[in-house]
Amino acid sequence: MTTETPIISVEHLDKFYGTFHALKDINISVNQGERVVICGPSGSGKSTLIRCFNGLENHNSGKLVIDGIEVFEGSKEMRNLRQELGMVFQQFNLFPHLTVLENLTIGPMKVRKISKSAAEETARMYLERVHIPEQADKYPAQLSGGQQQRVAIARSLCMESKIMLFDEPTSALDPEMINEVLDVMVELADTGMTMVCVTHEMGFARKVADTMVFMEAGSIVEVSPPETFFTNPKSERCRMFLDQILEH
Amino acid sequence: MSSAQTNEIKGAPLRKPPAITQIFASKLVSIVLYFVIVSGIAYGSFVGAQSMGYNWQWYRVPQFLYTYTEEGFELGVIFYGLQQTLLLSLTAFILATVLGLIVALLRLSGLVVGTAVAIGFLELIRNIPLLVLLYLFYYVLGPIFGFDRYTASVLCLAVFHSALISEILRAGINAVPQGQWEGATSIGMTKAQTYRYIILPQSIKFMLPPMTGEVVHLVKSSAIVSVIAVAELTTIGRNIISDTYMSFEIWFTIAIVYMVVTLILSVGVSYLEKKYEVDN
Ligand SMILES: Nc1ncnc2c1ncn2[C@@H]1O[C@H](COP(=O)(O)OP(=O)(O)OP(=O)(O)O)[C@@H](O)[C@H]1O
Ligand SMILES: [Mg+2]
Repeated sequence: MTTETPIISVEHLDKFYGTFHALKDINISVNQGERVVICGPSGSGKSTLIRCFNGLENHNSGKLVIDGIEVFEGSKEMRNLRQELGMVFQQFNLFPHLTVLENLTIGPMKVRKISKSAAEETARMYLERVHIPEQADKYPAQLSGGQQQRVAIARSLCMESKIMLFDEPTSALDPEMINEVLDVMVELADTGMTMVCVTHEMGFARKVADTMVFMEAGSIVEVSPPETFFTNPKSERCRMFLDQILEH
Repeated sequence: MSSAQTNEIKGAPLRKPPAITQIFASKLVSIVLYFVIVSGIAYGSFVGAQSMGYNWQWYRVPQFLYTYTEEGFELGVIFYGLQQTLLLSLTAFILATVLGLIVALLRLSGLVVGTAVAIGFLELIRNIPLLVLLYLFYYVLGPIFGFDRYTASVLCLAVFHSALISEILRAGINAVPQGQWEGATSIGMTKAQTYRYIILPQSIKFMLPPMTGEVVHLVKSSAIVSVIAVAELTTIGRNIISDTYMSFEIWFTIAIVYMVVTLILSVGVSYLEKKYEVDN
């Protein structure tokens, strides 16, 4: 771990949906190359937080700075920032009318203005990286869920993002496909990518996380390294949560 | 998969629908019935016309459809009218789609002003009869902005149908899941890029069926411009009748020509739809 300025820094962030207080005074920072795993019960605001990072949701107060760019509603720099931030969704959100290869090249070509041949070369390289080079010309609907999610990861990688955000990337998958996606994510972690990952896959968390974050009811309750997080969590609520999910 | 070997049917057979329903549902009966009804109507109108002393002159109709002389084969005035109708409809449809898309995007923009302008426009157009709108364009806006009857007709049809088309486009755009927006946004696409490369291509399959309906509707409502004597199919029909007094034959013919055109359109598009289904 490094001591330089954090690549993601969140100070006193609050977020409301109407009158509902979805995120309460969030403070967290993530360093370059750090892997953060966020967990917590349903409705605790994990998705909301991670979606604030790339501006899919707008926070109402507080300061959020990513890679030196301040994130706020209507910021002109948001689009540049999003290229630095890869996002992988629970529901994949692949483009169903485009082939796998086109899904991967459309961003680089239209957003980064890279030539088609260069974009395809990069795309094939990343398809190789997620172990499905042979699926390039298929449509997303022709792939299994696990394959689709790996395409989605490759799509973000093709944008040459500096930070990858994952929002429960395996919870829409059949059990037998979860590992193929987690394996790709572990490999990605090994490359030194900065990752913020919402997941309840604790095996994965143990393997890659530098920092564990536990959220509840819109607040961050616990931030600790995995060694203490799994063996000796500070808060009672976190202990109960872990007991519950580790039972399975 | 053990049942693969044993092919005996264990369950009781389903009850058949009543015999009468089965007979009416058969293709042959439907076709016979169809022809009986159609010839009934034809015969009825023939007899009715006969009794009012109408002199049928169908043999004089073909000359308006085509002529065949030493100089060769030539299409008649009705086809000239049809060509004008199609041209008018096509121009109006393209304009209506562009205008409709603008209105739909304004409405979806999330800007208060945009939404207000779009809704104002929609309500205005929806609550004026097409005929009155045509008079407005021809007698009021025409002189003010200095455009002729043809332009007035095209603009009137375009504006009228843009209101309907904008709703079709809006529904099609909304039918694309929200996740597509998020996927596109997260790779840094602008709103315009997202519409162009992600949303619109996917909404076409939702838009195609109602849009065909709209084209058919437009071809039919284009007949209204005959009231300001723009040369098209209906106007040509009126002209022929005022020369020949064959109102029954000509109106039947004109109606059939409209029908043939709109049927071809519908069939063509349902073929397109099938193709799109396969592609996805
Ligand atoms: N668009 C929205 N409008 C109103 N309330 C919302 C909206 N999105 C989320 N919420 C609320 O905010 C709270 C946090 O939601 P969020 O999706 O961030 O939870 P989560 O921790 O990701 O839960 P899960 O594990 O179920 O995905 C929930 O109570 C949810 O009902
Ligand atoms: Mg969530």
